[in-house]
Amino acid sequence: MNWRRLWAIVVKELRQLRRDRITLAMVVGIPVFQLVLFGYAINTNLRGLDVGIVDQANTAGSRALVLDMLATGVVAPVARADTPQELMAMIRRGRISIGIVVPPDFERRRIDGRAVAQVLVDGSDTAVQGAAAQLMQVPIDSAVPDTRAPLTSTPASGRISVVGFYNPQRRSAVNIVPGLIGVILTMTMVLFTAIAIVRERERGNMELLIATPLTSAELMVGKVLPYVAIGLVQTSVILALGTWLFEVPIRGSVLDVYLASGLLILANLALGLLISTRAQSQFQAMQMTFFVFLPSILLSGFMFPFAGMPKLVQWLAEVLPLTHFLRLIRGVMLRGAGLGEMWGDVLALAAFVLVMMALAILRFRKRLD
Amino acid sequence: MTTGADAIAIRARGLTRRFGKLVAVDHVDLEVPAKRVYGFLGPNGSGKSTTIRMLCGLLTPSAGEIEVLGLRIPAQADELRPHIGYMTQKFSLFEDLSVCENLEFLAAIQGVPKAKTKARIDALIGQYHFGDRQKQLAGTLSGGQKQRLALACAVIHEPELLFLDEPTSAVDPESRRDFWEKLFELADAGTTLLVSTHLMDEAERCHRLAILDRGALVADGTPHELTAQLEGRTFIVETADPRRAQRALDGVPGVLGVAQVGNTLRVLTAAGAGDVTQRMGQALAAAAQKAEVAPAPPNLEDVFVAATRKGDGDGERAA
Ligand SMILES: Nc1ncnc2c1ncn2[C@@H]1O[C@H](COP(=O)(O)OP(=O)(O)OP(=O)(O)O)[C@@H](O)[C@H]1O
Ligand SMILES: [Mg+2]
Repeated sequence: MNWRRLWAIVVKELRQLRRDRITLAMVVGIPVFQLVLFGYAINTNLRGLDVGIVDQANTAGSRALVLDMLATGVVAPVARADTPQELMAMIRRGRISIGIVVPPDFERRRIDGRAVAQVLVDGSDTAVQGAAAQLMQVPIDSAVPDTRAPLTSTPASGRISVVGFYNPQRRSAVNIVPGLIGVILTMTMVLFTAIAIVRERERGNMELLIATPLTSAELMVGKVLPYVAIGLVQTSVILALGTWLFEVPIRGSVLDVYLASGLLILANLALGLLISTRAQSQFQAMQMTFFVFLPSILLSGFMFPFAGMPKLVQWLAEVLPLTHFLRLIRGVMLRGAGLGEMWGDVLALAAFVLVMMALAILRFRKRLD
Repeated sequence: MTTGADAIAIRARGLTRRFGKLVAVDHVDLEVPAKRVYGFLGPNGSGKSTTIRMLCGLLTPSAGEIEVLGLRIPAQADELRPHIGYMTQKFSLFEDLSVCENLEFLAAIQGVPKAKTKARIDALIGQYHFGDRQKQLAGTLSGGQKQRLALACAVIHEPELLFLDEPTSAVDPESRRDFWEKLFELADAGTTLLVSTHLMDEAERCHRLAILDRGALVADGTPHELTAQLEGRTFIVETADPRRAQRALDGVPGVLGVAQVGNTLRVLTAAGAGDVTQRMGQALAAAAQKAEVAPAPPNLEDVFVAATRKGDGDGERAA
C-alpha cells in the first residue's frame, strides 16, 4: 500500500465529485426527502416475539395466566427472570422485546379487580407495542376456575397494564428515523461505489489505470474513503433533521451512533465495490444494487418486524448489514444501550466489511480479459 | 533493466490471441530494438491494439512468449509497469479533471518524486503547449489537444518504453509534425517507442516497422528495406481517362493493385510477373486507351498493398 498513490485516488475522486453537481445535491437531497416521506410509520401484527417472564406469584392461577398469554402465539418465551429489573435489563440489551411480570400479590389483585400483571414493552419498535396490545386481550377469568363462563368473559383490558419503555408516546417517527439512517446509507452508499469502477471501465480510464503501478488495494480503498466522509455527512443531516423535526431522542452516546453508522457505511461501500468488479455496465451495477437494496428494506426489520418473519428468512436477513445496523442504532438511540452491550451485531458488521473488501480486492484483476 | 545501444527491448514469439473463434493476433514474431521508434502499420481490426495490450501485460496471450525489457510478460507484468508509458487509442484520461489535475494525478500514481513533481509538470505544460489552458477540463479539449495531453501524461515518469496506440489519429498534419518531433526527441533521450498507425507518412518516419494484416505480421524491416524489395515492380500510368484504364488493368495477370492518384494510376505488380509491362500495354490498347507506362520508385503504400495481397485475391478484404 503506497500512501501517495492512495491519496492521489482519494483527491481525484473528491475533485470529480465536486464537479458532479447532481450527485452532490443527492448527497443532501436524498436524506431530506426520505426523512420527510417516511415521517409516518407502518404498523403490522406480529407473532413469536421474544418474551421474558417473571412470575413472582407462582400460583396455579398465575401460571395459567402466563400460559394463556403464550398461547396467543404473539410471544415465545426465551428467558425467565426473578425480578422486573432483570427483565428491563434484558430489554435494554435487546435480548427480549416484551417482558411479562406477575406480581407476588397476583391472587389478591385478581379478587380486587386491580391490574393482575404487567407487560413491559420495548417501545423502540412500534410493532412490538402493537403486539403487546394483543396480550392485553387475554381474558383473566379463563385463567382460573371461576363461576363465569370462560369464553364469554370480559377481556382483561385494564387488568393487565402495559408499560412501554423508550417510546412511551408510541410515536412512529421516533422508531423510523434511526432506521432511516440505515436505509438511506444502504441506498446511496452501495450505488456510489457500485458505479465507481464500472464507470471508469466504460469511460476507458481503467485501461490507463491498470497499466500503471497502482495496486488493486490502493484503488479500492482510495475509492471507498471519500464516500465514508459523505456517508457521515448524510448521517449528520438525518440526525439533525430527526431531532429538529421529529424530536427523535439520542439516548445513547453520539459517538456510538457514528461508530455504528461508520460500520454500515463501510459495509455498503465494500459491497458496492464487489458489485463493481462484477458488473459490465453502469446499468448492470444499478440492477445488482437494487437486488440487494430491496431485501434490505423488506427483511431487515425496517419495514416489517423481524420477529414476524419465517426462520429461513430471518437467517437470510442476518446476512444483510442493515439488519445488524438497525438493532445497533435502535439500541443506541432509543434504548440508550452501548455498542459494547450489542457486540454480536458489531462483530457481524465488521466481518461483513472485511469479507466484502477482501473479495472485491481479490476479484479485481489488473487485466482487460 | 538498462538496455544497451543495440539491445532488443521487446521480443515476442508465436504471439497469438483469440477472441472466441476470431484470431485477432496470429503467431506474431517481433523484435523491437531499444531506443528507436518502431511502427505498427495495419488497417482497422488488424490486431495492432490487441498486440500492444498483450505486450504491456493487459491482455493474456492465448499462446506465445513475450519478453519486454528482459521481463517475462504477463507473469512479471507488475515489475514492468513502472518502466512503461501507455497511451491508449481511446482517450483514457479523466474528462472531468483539468489538464493540470490529470498531470498531477499521473505524477503521483507513476511515482514521480514529490520534490520534482512541480517542475516536471511545469516543463511538460511548456513543452506540450498547455500554458494557457492548465485549468481547462480535459473533456473540453479538442481531439488533437487531448492526444497531446495523453502523450504528456504517458511520459510524465520518463519511462524506458512507450506504447502509443494511434497517437495522432485526431492531430492535424501540421501539429503531427510537431508531435513526431517530440517522439524523436524521446528516442534520442533513450526511450524505446512502439507506435501504431494506419498513416503511411507516419510509418515512413519510423526507424523500423512491422505491417500487420488480419492479425498476421506480413512484413517488417526499415522503411528503406521494405521499399527496396519492391524495386522494379511499381509503375505510373498516365492516361486521359484513368477510370477506364483502371478497369482495363484490373484483370491483368500479375497486377496486384491499381490505385488512382490524381490524373495518373499507380500500378503494383507481383514479384516475378515476367512481361507484365507488355501485358499492361496490350490490355490498355484493347480498351482503346492511349497510355504511357513508366516505372516509378516504390513507396510504403505499395509495400502495404504488396504485403497484404500476397497469397490471396483482394476479394476477402473488407474495408
Ligand atoms: N475484447 C474483444 N472481444 C472480441 N473481439 C475483440 C476484442 N478486442 C478486439 N477484438 C477483435 O480483434 C480484432 C483486432 O482488434 P484490434 O483492436 O487489435 O485492431 P486494431 O488493429 O487496433 O484496429 P484499429 O486500427 O481499428 O484500432 C478486431 O477484429 C476486433 O474486433
Ligand atoms: Mg486499435
